[in-house]
Amino acid sequence: MSDIFEITLLSLQVSTIATLVSLVIGLPFGTWLALGNFRGRSLLLSIVNTGMALPPVVVGLVVAMTLWRSGPLGSLRLIYTPAAIIIAQTVISAPVVMGLTAAALAALDPRLQQQLLGLGASRLQMIWYLWREARLPLLAALMAGFGSVISEVGASMMVGGNIRGQTRVLTTAIVLETSKGEFEKALALSALLLTLTYLINLALTLIQQKGKSKSQ
Amino acid sequence: MIEISDLLIKRNGRSVLQVDSLHVKRGETLAVVGPNGAGKSTLLLTLAHLLKPAKGEIKLHNKSLKDWNELEYRRRIAFVFQDPLLMDMTVEQNIGLGLKFRGVEKEHIHTQVGKWSKSMGVDSLLGRRAGQLSGGEAQRVSLARAFVLEPELLLMDEPFSAVDPQTRGQLLNDLSSVLAQEHRTTIFVTHNLKEAAQMGDRVAVVIGGELKQAGTPQEIKSNPIDSSVEKFLKEL
Repeated sequence: MSDIFEITLLSLQVSTIATLVSLVIGLPFGTWLALGNFRGRSLLLSIVNTGMALPPVVVGLVVAMTLWRSGPLGSLRLIYTPAAIIIAQTVISAPVVMGLTAAALAALDPRLQQQLLGLGASRLQMIWYLWREARLPLLAALMAGFGSVISEVGASMMVGGNIRGQTRVLTTAIVLETSKGEFEKALALSALLLTLTYLINLALTLIQQKGKSKSQ
Repeated sequence: MIEISDLLIKRNGRSVLQVDSLHVKRGETLAVVGPNGAGKSTLLLTLAHLLKPAKGEIKLHNKSLKDWNELEYRRRIAFVFQDPLLMDMTVEQNIGLGLKFRGVEKEHIHTQVGKWSKSMGVDSLLGRRAGQLSGGEAQRVSLARAFVLEPELLLMDEPFSAVDPQTRGQLLNDLSSVLAQEHRTTIFVTHNLKEAAQMGDRVAVVIGGELKQAGTPQEIKSNPIDSSVEKFLKEL
């Protein structure tokens, strides 16, 4: 029982941290992509959009090769630690947040920027109010980012190693129990994962709908 | 108060507006008139420091635009667009937005918003969300949002083109009387000469990306500078 609690807590911890880091990276970068007017913008956008569909197992492989002792960041000794899972999940989630942020801001009336500047907003104030205006799709970006990491298994398995008491998360535990033929346990863990994901998305959806009804 | 000389604006390498010389005195309302796509809005965006000229000079209070800190300059003006472009917040928050940007105290914002919402006839709507307003109400809010800043220069880009003719007439009358009371330096863009004559102390005619003529409505009507101005006046 304490095992399950530990696994669940670790799952929530790593996925929440990875989503928050993705937000910190994805929100400004997505904003720059949406509002910037520079050469190569379309190319960058297409790369980010491709990144939204990165297979977790490929991310796991690349991050694992980077963090292995013989890899470029091997000296940090992060492989098979929760930090390694956070890194891999951030690589999966950040393009999702970036791409959806860029799409949310690009959907706003482009004259809104000029209107805000014309009212005396500084560049930062302008961006803040554009985020505020696009808050509902931005919240959807956050939900999609979290959804992409809480449910992935390939990357967590490859960089975390599914070590009991250290890097075992719900998805890797489900794979393990299934491979052992312990289907009841696997199903129970799956139900737990689904319930947790549902509760978190329910909370975010309620916040989103509250914002929507306010704006009507 | 504002002087323009040898101004050339380019977009995507193409020349879109040329103004050899134009000046607007303090307290004056200049109506910029011309057909669609003539470069009128480009002129306003440039004056608002939202477009950079390829050549020439704009001076506010004898100080070149290049020497002004961009934010400091923009905070001396207010811009009203063709569409109200209100934010998804209450009318009160919308009107006070520019003052909030300037770090004005909440109490002062409240007082100013009360004053200007009354002047523009939207004081009963302060608690409503922007999305619940009619087109005319939204444009009144957008005007109050600009006037509340008490700007040194007010720029208005066809502010009534998106409202129905009846509301438009009412808004024009209300705006004319506020401008007459306030003596606020204003540049008002329209493609309607009648509107220009009603609003402007002087009228500037822009055709084909060039400022052709500036003068009182009477001067322009009685003495158009060339055939393009004459043709434009006839078409109206």
